Amino acid sequence: MLKALENISALYANPTRFMQLAARLHAPLWALALALLAYGLFRAFQVPEDYQQGETVKIMFVHVPAAWMALFGYSFIFFASVTALIFRHPLGHVAARAAAPVGATFTLIALVTGSLWGQPMWGTWWVWDARLTSMLVLLFVYLGYIAIWQAIEEPTRAARTAALLAIVGFINVPIVKFSVDWWNTLHQPASVSRLARPALHADFLYPLLIMGVAFLALFFALTLTRMQMEILRQKLRVRRMRTNQGA
Amino acid sequence: MSVFWAICRQHAVLAWRGGHTTLAVAFLFIGVTLMPFGLGPELALLQALAPGLLWVVLIMALLTSLDRLFQADYEDGSLDQMMLMPLPLEFVVLAKLLGHYIALVLPLLLAVPLAGLLLNLAPAHLPMLLLAMLAGSPALVLLGGIGASLAVSVRRGGLLTVLLSLPFYVPVMIFGAGASQQALAGEVDETRLAILLLISLASLLAAPVAIAAALRNAVR
Amino acid sequence: MTENTMAKPQKNFLPNAYPDPAHLRLEGLACSRGARQLFEGISQTLAPGEALALYGANGSGKTSLLRQIAGFLPVEVGTISFGDTRPPRVHFIGHADGLKNPLRVGETLAFDAALWGAPKNAIDLLPLLGLDNRGWQTVGDLSAGQRRRLALAKLCLAPRPVWLLDEPMTALDAAGQHLIDTLAGAHLAAGGILVASSHVPLGFATQTLTLGAAS
Repeated sequence: MLKALENISALYANPTRFMQLAARLHAPLWALALALLAYGLFRAFQVPEDYQQGETVKIMFVHVPAAWMALFGYSFIFFASVTALIFRHPLGHVAARAAAPVGATFTLIALVTGSLWGQPMWGTWWVWDARLTSMLVLLFVYLGYIAIWQAIEEPTRAARTAALLAIVGFINVPIVKFSVDWWNTLHQPASVSRLARPALHADFLYPLLIMGVAFLALFFALTLTRMQMEILRQKLRVRRMRTNQGA
Repeated sequence: MSVFWAICRQHAVLAWRGGHTTLAVAFLFIGVTLMPFGLGPELALLQALAPGLLWVVLIMALLTSLDRLFQADYEDGSLDQMMLMPLPLEFVVLAKLLGHYIALVLPLLLAVPLAGLLLNLAPAHLPMLLLAMLAGSPALVLLGGIGASLAVSVRRGGLLTVLLSLPFYVPVMIFGAGASQQALAGEVDETRLAILLLISLASLLAAPVAIAAALRNAVR
Repeated sequence: MTENTMAKPQKNFLPNAYPDPAHLRLEGLACSRGARQLFEGISQTLAPGEALALYGANGSGKTSLLRQIAGFLPVEVGTISFGDTRPPRVHFIGHADGLKNPLRVGETLAFDAALWGAPKNAIDLLPLLGLDNRGWQTVGDLSAGQRRRLALAKLCLAPRPVWLLDEPMTALDAAGQHLIDTLAGAHLAAGGILVASSHVPLGFATQTLTLGAAS
């Protein structure tokens, strides 16, 4: 019990400055995220129907930004892990850990919306097209990362192992993207068309970018909140253990 | 250098004596045997799918052996000793991986032609398939070693090792199975073979460093 | 049965003098696991031929200190220096013995000789370790005391000037403890240094240090 207590305390060692900053950022960030989201969705629905795909093309306004966030999320984890390992900043570990489920959820959203978008076109709920397949592999990357945190009991060791995985895995992601693209172009069955993106003229581009920024703000709002929650949870745990110890 | 070979030999001997070789080869045949039950006994279909199926089963057989790479050493204190040997840890790791390759992958590769027979793969198709597997299998062991070393302090971490190794295996699988498909046409796909060798070479340079870092972390 | 042969070992393979003796200097060494401070301000100097015995309750950091000297645990506060530009070669024998059960005793010795870069006829070590005629026995069938003795083989096969032993007397019978005393004696006489943690007094120690005394 004592060992657990000391291990937890180390990882979350008194990040008071961060918590003060986070408290100030919390509400504005959420307000910004939700406002941008509302505006983005509003603009998205205003866009005229695509002559080919009808209303379903609007799913792209969720699918594409979600895919962007899926990739951004893992990059965030990579940079946070590097910061934690090389610059010895323990908050990097906390940030990476907090961001992982957020990124994983965006990946899942990208997969589901991708499937929903394609279904009317393909007639099936899933195709092994390059983007969706890459997203699926990325999901496994996220799951592996999250699994490390859960599987290793000692928090400092879990943090370092996860950071190592993040760094090694990050190099792998472009390799996977490249090979999946290769694989897909060569195996292209005639009946399946790729997720055709409508011409990105201004009508589509502008709402898409707004949604992109909205998702970005949402990512940071969620990650920040999770970081705060995690630090508070650990503080509570340490305090409980100390009172139990004394009792 | 003799230290290197001693480490290699010890790992190979232990893998063999622990029955892991037999287990992996058995797994290969079990997997191949299950395929017709799932896909139907039609030989033409099985032959068309055979290269890809054999790659999948090869990877699965290898994955089952991965967590014994470093787990036993972690548990019985040998990992500490590996840090102190008169050889840099990266080379110790390389020696173990080579021992693992010799004791596990080579027997699997020897079993592939026989397993291919069950899937109606003609001898003419074999050279390309085996060539691709030879080119890609070092990468499989090296990259699997990364997953194994990250999961090393987790008890019963076999499944975790598999999950961690999977994203690394996707590119190898794509080019390996892709190159093997050409086997059916009797052609040699030099591009894919070259890429496989490139991946194996890159893994050879990068994996021992990553694995050593993960092992040092586990020993703290 | 083997007590008499162990009383006076014929060959222990240890050199008469280490070609590269080392000094050990700990200065202001501290170690914390998590937020708990295990020890701090540890300063100790060992010259060739000296042995330090570490005492302290369980959890007081004896193993952590040994692992820091071995290099497994990074040093964040304080310094460890060996008085030489090159880090010396170290032997570390911890609670886990590093033995492989499927191997036979003879094979273990042969591998030890090869792994540690020592071209020696390892089988000759069997009488010293009290494992006469057990060369063919599988390590998994050995008793705890026999295993501990076998784990000591590398100390003889690959002479290194620094020995770090974590509770070496645990699970050893009288004959085994005598073996440690003998080996330690020869090691120190050859100019080696030794740090050992223990719960029992160590005869060969020239210095002692007790951790966790303040708390």
